[in-house]
Amino acid sequence: MTYLIAFAIIFLLAVIVIQIGKLTELAARIRGEEAVERSSTNTQGIALVVFMIVFLVGCIWSAYYYKNQMLGYGPLTSASAHGFELDSLFNITLFFTGIVFVLTHILLFWYAYKYRQSSGRKAIFFAHDTKLEMIWTVVPAIVMTYLVANGLITWNNIFPTLTEEDQYLEIEATGQQFAWDIRYPGADGKLGNKDFRLIDPANNSLGIDWTDDYSLDDVVLGGTDKILIPKDSLVKVRITSKDVLHNFYLPHFRVKMDAVPGIPTSFIFTPVKTTQEFREQLRVYPEWQVPADPEDPTGPQRWETFEYELACAELCGKGHYSMRRVVEVVTREEFDTWLAGQKSFYATNIRNTDKDPNKDKKLFDYEIKARSRELKSDISGFLTDTTGTASRNIQLKHVFFETGSNKLSEMSKYELENLSKLLKEYPSLKIELGGHTDNVGDSAVNLDLSNKRASSVLTYLVGLGADASRLTSRGYGQEQPVETNETPEGREQNRRTELRIISK
Amino acid sequence: MANVIIQEEDVLIREQGYDDHFHAHHHGDKYQTNFIFHYIFSMDHKIIARQFLITGMIWAIIGAAMSVVFRMQLGFPEESLTWIKPFLGKWIVVDAATGIGKLAPDFYYALVTMHGTILVFFVLTAGLSGTFSNLLIPFQIGARDMASPFMNMLSYWFFFLAGIVMFYSLFLSTGPFSGGWVAYPPLSALPQASSGSGTGMTLWLVSLTLFVVSVLLGGINYITTVLNLRTKGMSLWRMPLTIWAFFVTAILGLLSFPVLASGFFMLIFDRSLGTSFFLSDIFIAGQALDRVGGSPILYQHLFWFLGHPEVYIIILPAMGIVSEVMAVHARKPIFGYRAMVYSILAIGFLSFIVWAHHMFMSGVNPFISNFFVVFTLIIAVPSAVKVFNWITTLYGGNIRLNTPMLFCIGFVSMFISGGLTGIFLGNSD
Repeated sequence: MTYLIAFAIIFLLAVIVIQIGKLTELAARIRGEEAVERSSTNTQGIALVVFMIVFLVGCIWSAYYYKNQMLGYGPLTSASAHGFELDSLFNITLFFTGIVFVLTHILLFWYAYKYRQSSGRKAIFFAHDTKLEMIWTVVPAIVMTYLVANGLITWNNIFPTLTEEDQYLEIEATGQQFAWDIRYPGADGKLGNKDFRLIDPANNSLGIDWTDDYSLDDVVLGGTDKILIPKDSLVKVRITSKDVLHNFYLPHFRVKMDAVPGIPTSFIFTPVKTTQEFREQLRVYPEWQVPADPEDPTGPQRWETFEYELACAELCGKGHYSMRRVVEVVTREEFDTWLAGQKSFYATNIRNTDKDPNKDKKLFDYEIKARSRELKSDISGFLTDTTGTASRNIQLKHVFFETGSNKLSEMSKYELENLSKLLKEYPSLKIELGGHTDNVGDSAVNLDLSNKRASSVLTYLVGLGADASRLTSRGYGQEQPVETNETPEGREQNRRTELRIISK
Repeated sequence: MANVIIQEEDVLIREQGYDDHFHAHHHGDKYQTNFIFHYIFSMDHKIIARQFLITGMIWAIIGAAMSVVFRMQLGFPEESLTWIKPFLGKWIVVDAATGIGKLAPDFYYALVTMHGTILVFFVLTAGLSGTFSNLLIPFQIGARDMASPFMNMLSYWFFFLAGIVMFYSLFLSTGPFSGGWVAYPPLSALPQASSGSGTGMTLWLVSLTLFVVSVLLGGINYITTVLNLRTKGMSLWRMPLTIWAFFVTAILGLLSFPVLASGFFMLIFDRSLGTSFFLSDIFIAGQALDRVGGSPILYQHLFWFLGHPEVYIIILPAMGIVSEVMAVHARKPIFGYRAMVYSILAIGFLSFIVWAHHMFMSGVNPFISNFFVVFTLIIAVPSAVKVFNWITTLYGGNIRLNTPMLFCIGFVSMFISGGLTGIFLGNSD
């Protein structure tokens, strides 16, 4: 019903407007067209001048009023090095266009007013003036040349060509419907390869190629985690997309670049203000000194809750508006500490799963070190034990043999190299290497096999430079199980190599 | 009998150099035998102009209504839009807890997309150029009608068909196309990327392909008419500025719309035939697509090769009309007629070598952008010449400040404001 009434009102208003129009026309016919035109011309002429004044004053006033929202002024000055250049280009352009804007508008409206129709005057004949036309062709051309030159210099500064010598941090932003994934290089400082065919939404959402050694320490920051970037460092963002076009847009840093599937793009910039410094910059402006949440007047103020943000600036589907991520700029030291504390995606999600191409083929330094620490703590646990409870039998958990043979498996070398180093560290240590089997098969055969296995461990250690006089080897066969031989898991536990500390 | 009279008339014109108007049947009645052929399938340029005008205005109202709806959402995000649910149905999503109704995000984008498409193509290209070129070209150059009235009729009806298809797409259950009026792939190429990229996009492409046909039929006609059917004594340098503007507009359309059509065809192939012109390295909806080697940026080049001249296709007719109306109501000849013509030609030419200024941040090589910055800012020079000439046309006049004149002054003011922002945008950003 309300709609009906609303429509009826609109309809009636339209009718009234039309009727007034008709009346005016009728009145004009009665009073004589010329008289009406003369008075209407006067009114319109004055209205034009009034409009001009209101318009120009309004433009200038609003520019002044909103100056804190404009580029390069007050609170929103650039947070990146190249942004200042860009902002100053805007100011130079504003200067020239501002002059043109005001002058042409004054001329346009003033002439329209001054030369409005009057009965006693004829229009002059003025159709062409070469000199005048040359002036207003050449002057804009010169100003444009100046602006173009400035623009090109700025443009080419924003897109420098980086060489191998440049110290920069390369991170990667990957857009997808509807989120950003950020990838940092690990200690090697390089991002590994990726391929969209390797993408697995559950385990490898970026399609990183794990056979590339550079990818193994890469850190992936998904979800809504803050994106950290270091202050005063050259940051190169490699921008890629998984599905449709996105745009990597950091307004506070004047950074903007499309993410194009199949064509990696990049943007290089240097953040010059940490988030905290930018907040301090905002703090002095009254419009930032209001509560961030109007419902909670005692809560933090707007400047305190300010965050840099990453947005998507290319329409990418129905969730386009939701691709916001918070960016935080910190000092280089804070950044390095933070990055060092991040676990690589490979180590947390891929290592030793079926997806891992290095599974049972290769150990990484940190894993070798971890095993070394473990073995060392077992040995030193016995050496420093004062209570007499520590066992002198220590299992070498990562030493394995090929089935039914005394040939050491490839992966055993790491444990034995660790052991060889520990033997050098504890020069007085004497150990016995013991081989154990499960109860499958003939016990005499098992005893023989365990003997041979223990002695091949000994031979390997001697090969690594261990003093043979400190080592003995012995096969125990199936006689000393540590677990039940009834289950496959138990039997697996029982097939083992141990070292026994003979003397400290 | 009628043929004989026409021939007589032709002879008369050839001999005497003008149409002496004493024949009663000079006004194109030859095509208009009954109501249907008079008003609907008319080949008379005046009726076709009205058809373009009315269709264009209907589209303007639809397009404007869309912008009202999405701007209500944009301007007042906290307010409830539940009251338009009776019209928009499922596209208004009402929050169960608060009772606040909002536009569904995909429909919001669909409205923005349709608003852009409708306004740019249906209203400002067909509605403006179609109406005034048809009406004024024969009038102002002294031709009896267009060179090919039949093509002229087809031009309107292809436009009409394009409109029907686009209108139909508004009512699809998956919504109309929602990937922006520029329709960049892969969003527009892959139905799994967005619900509007399914049937909505298919209809969008069909509609705009029909529209391209309409523009080409119209454009060839305008160009031919201007070149061949001018009355005796009407040399090119005596043509009114409106005709110059329509003429250059038609050339721009003729040269640029086929490029857009080629982009559309490749997009149709990518969508339907499994080609990869614009697709590469895509993992979407849980699946890696077997499409490699294409470039989404190629589409952007093809699109903006039309898209930029399109800006001038829109503004040149308005500039031409303003020049003429202003001169008449200032009671003075337009100042610097030749400079005005040269600047129309310069703008027309330059508009073909600036397209990549829409693509500075799209992943093209930044080096390439240098050239486009230069050419883009050069356009400011002929534009400035036009503005100064308009202002000088007012100087010393005896100006009638009636409605058409006020619109002209408003146009110049708006062109100054809009043109100056182009210097900010065109200069390396």
